Amino acid sequence: MKKPLSNKINWFKGVLLGVPSLWLAVFLFLPLMLILKMSFAEAILAQPPFTALLNWGEGLLPELNISFFSYALLIEDNYYIGALLQSLTLATIATSCTLLIALPMVLAMIKMPNKWQNIFLILVILPFWTSFLIRVYSWKILLRNDGFINQILLYFGLINDPLPMLYSQFAVLIGIVYSYLPFMILPLFAGLKKLDYALVEAAEDLGAKPLTIFFRVILPLIYPSIIAGIILVFIPATGEFVIPDLLGGSDSLLIGKLIWIEFFNNRDWPTASAIALILLILFALPLLILNKFTRKSQKWQDLV
Amino acid sequence: MKTYSAIKTTLICLAISVSANGAMASENKLNIYNWSDYIAPDTIANFDALTGIETTYDVFDSNEVLEGKLLGGQTGYDLVVPTASFMEMQIQAGVFMPLDKSKLKNYANLDPEIMQLLAKHDPGNKYAIPYLWGTTGIAYNIDKIKQRMPDAPLDSWDMIFKPEVIAKFADCGVAIIDAPSENFEIAQNYLGLDPHSGAEADMDAAIDLWKSIRPYVRYFHSSQQVDDLATGEICLAIGWSGDMFQALNDAADAGNGVKIDYYIPKEGSTIWFDVFGIPNDAKNIDAAHKFLDYTMDAKIAAANSNEIWYANAIPSSMPMILDEIKNNVSVYPTEKIKANLFIDKPGDAATARARNKAWARLKAGS
Repeated sequence: MKKPLSNKINWFKGVLLGVPSLWLAVFLFLPLMLILKMSFAEAILAQPPFTALLNWGEGLLPELNISFFSYALLIEDNYYIGALLQSLTLATIATSCTLLIALPMVLAMIKMPNKWQNIFLILVILPFWTSFLIRVYSWKILLRNDGFINQILLYFGLINDPLPMLYSQFAVLIGIVYSYLPFMILPLFAGLKKLDYALVEAAEDLGAKPLTIFFRVILPLIYPSIIAGIILVFIPATGEFVIPDLLGGSDSLLIGKLIWIEFFNNRDWPTASAIALILLILFALPLLILNKFTRKSQKWQDLV
Repeated sequence: MKTYSAIKTTLICLAISVSANGAMASENKLNIYNWSDYIAPDTIANFDALTGIETTYDVFDSNEVLEGKLLGGQTGYDLVVPTASFMEMQIQAGVFMPLDKSKLKNYANLDPEIMQLLAKHDPGNKYAIPYLWGTTGIAYNIDKIKQRMPDAPLDSWDMIFKPEVIAKFADCGVAIIDAPSENFEIAQNYLGLDPHSGAEADMDAAIDLWKSIRPYVRYFHSSQQVDDLATGEICLAIGWSGDMFQALNDAADAGNGVKIDYYIPKEGSTIWFDVFGIPNDAKNIDAAHKFLDYTMDAKIAAANSNEIWYANAIPSSMPMILDEIKNNVSVYPTEKIKANLFIDKPGDAATARARNKAWARLKAGS
């Protein structure tokens, strides 16, 4: 009787592990390998527009055809590195803003009765019911010279001429913070919800001031959620293409746009692939480090 | 074991998609991929009724989107409509199949002058049938320009390239089309240089000209100016003629008091052609030729021009074209303006890369 049961469990385990592995293999690993392969090709005018990695000639073994042209191009001057730094700066500012806005919102939500918490959670998710594109587009209507915000400011006499807000870094920042705020709120909320409130009460009983409680009790406990939120906002914000294209001016050259230029204007799929791959590596490394940190803090939590 | 099943699944998926493709290739079907808002509303229906062909009509809104698909291959389309400067590279990449002119009895209807210009993109006129054509020029908000500069040079590139002139309009918003090759050509032509030269000195001169007026430009974009001109967000723009007419009409429809006009600068500008081509993997080749022949019919060409305000390449359609279109020198330029128009030549890969890089830097102001 014992054996079939464990067999059943093993079979179940296999499915449980096999499905996501298959998914990752087909939709993550395979495309990634294609991009890797493409990044070592050279752009040509053909269909597809890059050289083949393997040349099946006369011999038994194919000739390997590897070019480092794309990678050499990336470090040739400060064109690509400058754009990367600009993107990272923008993403850092945007992520900090989302965190600063999300934290007080979530702290307030946690203090509410359960019924209200649910209503507010729905309100946070509600914008996802309309297309992302339409939501970014509506910011154009709000920010333009004859837009809602300028009209209100003019009406109350706070300004004499409309403030040019659209097509600026400021507009891009608003767009990113607005679009990614839910991705910061949700992990923070989940983290705070799990927090044992008795610890906060204990700190209060021992005479800690609210700020001390926040920094020495709450923050160390919800640290993993904050990191999860930062990852969810920072990574897409760095490569963001749509928001700067719709709301941004021409004064910024971001890495997402550079990939677009390589792909569409230069017809250079290999260089576009190389940039995408380097971005991925740049993100994967800190992610692995952060992951280690979170694990450590979790272990520490378990010890407590 | 895992790898094996992964391969198997992939093969099954492939098999399904291949058979689905096969099923689509039945006779009497036609898949067209054209620009959005770029045909009279009844053209497709009339064609289907006449020939019994069942046409699927999809739209795109940028050459880049179309090219991305074409270079990838297997688009499933039988007719696509790139701009000729893009098609030039796509022909070299082997994307298109040569036309069978014996199936095109209306081929003689095409304007020989346009076919000659088009041959600079498509040598020997082997692959492309011109659909509609236009120019790149300047659109402006009449009231806002007159108010800031009553004697504005509204027939010349001086509006853009003279810093002391464009500076007057910086406050009401200037937008420049985000098309590197055209912007180099326009600037080089304005400076009296060969517009298509890829020589470093010529390109540097063009960039210096753009740099001198960069501070007065609000943004560089290829489609935003349509909306922004119509709502009054900007007052001066370089754009493609058809887009600018759309802004003009949108403003008139909105009744917001914004009045837009468009002109082709006298120093000369680019002329472009949107052309039909048959991708080399098209399945319904006969039907595609039938549709091409249909669009070259004078009556059909006139109907399309009347609907969307673009010039066509069929001279015999002129008598049927509305007066306000055929007498509009911004749609059908005078011979004098026409003589100064030049085509947009994308140049070789190195030139294109150098232009795109210099242009990206100029935009970012570095």
